Amino acid sequence: MTVPFLILALLTLAGGIASMTLRRLVHCALALTVAFAGLATLYLNLGAEFAGLAQLLVYVGAIAILIVFAILLTRGSEEQPQSVFSPASFGGLVIALAVFAVLAWAVETSSIVHPVNIPPAPPTSMQQIGLTLMQRYVLPLEVIALMLTAAMIGAVILAVRERRNETETGVMPAAESRLG
Amino acid sequence: MNPLAGCLIVSALLFAVGLAGAVTRRSAILVLAGIELMLNAANLNFIAFWRFGPDPQALTGFMFVIFAIAVAAAEAAVGLALIVAIYRHARTSDVSEITEMKG
Repeated sequence: MTVPFLILALLTLAGGIASMTLRRLVHCALALTVAFAGLATLYLNLGAEFAGLAQLLVYVGAIAILIVFAILLTRGSEEQPQSVFSPASFGGLVIALAVFAVLAWAVETSSIVHPVNIPPAPPTSMQQIGLTLMQRYVLPLEVIALMLTAAMIGAVILAVRERRNETETGVMPAAESRLG
Repeated sequence: MNPLAGCLIVSALLFAVGLAGAVTRRSAILVLAGIELMLNAANLNFIAFWRFGPDPQALTGFMFVIFAIAVAAAEAAVGLALIVAIYRHARTSDVSEITEMKG
């Protein structure tokens, strides 16, 4: 455990906690971006350059922007009059603490997480990653491509405004009055 | 504390923070953000086990993270589209006010 790892971990955790406790949703989205960027630097620190850069591109570049768009589209940036936490938040906190306690207990008592010798960082070249993706993991790669296409079409269909129904309801009263 | 245990503890903390946010916040968008944090905590575990595991040359945990990032991106896109659609229908994104289908 080195000093850079500790600093990055603290940054990530601070971003995560801030994103879940701040009052205004836009500030929460900014803190969430800090947490995602901190995670990307943690991956880089652990020697997974490609995963870190993919995390930076996908999370900081795309998902953070999507979340900000959703906040602005649902008018979440306005000041909320009541509490931002749900009425049953105490139970949720207890559950989260219990989950953390169980996970920490499992980490501390297990034998495999305390290796005697720490191996050096494995060299991962882009060529090796590409060959692994194209040889051993080619079927998951194709499935993920199909799933991303389906998700994109599904998101557009879900979020698109249904103009046809609105015009129908707009026409209906006129037709009724003509009948009447 | 050795590096692997440190990674796992950080990941457990991040998971607990995400879980707490997902079950306590009112805004549906932040519930989704909490779920994203939990997914990221799992990814950190994969990277840590790949780095300190017995066979890093196989790149198993590494590939799992790449695929998990892609799945999380699709999940976020569909989830946010659902939230926007629900907001259009119910005029709120507060999960404690959307009680139409309450049993």
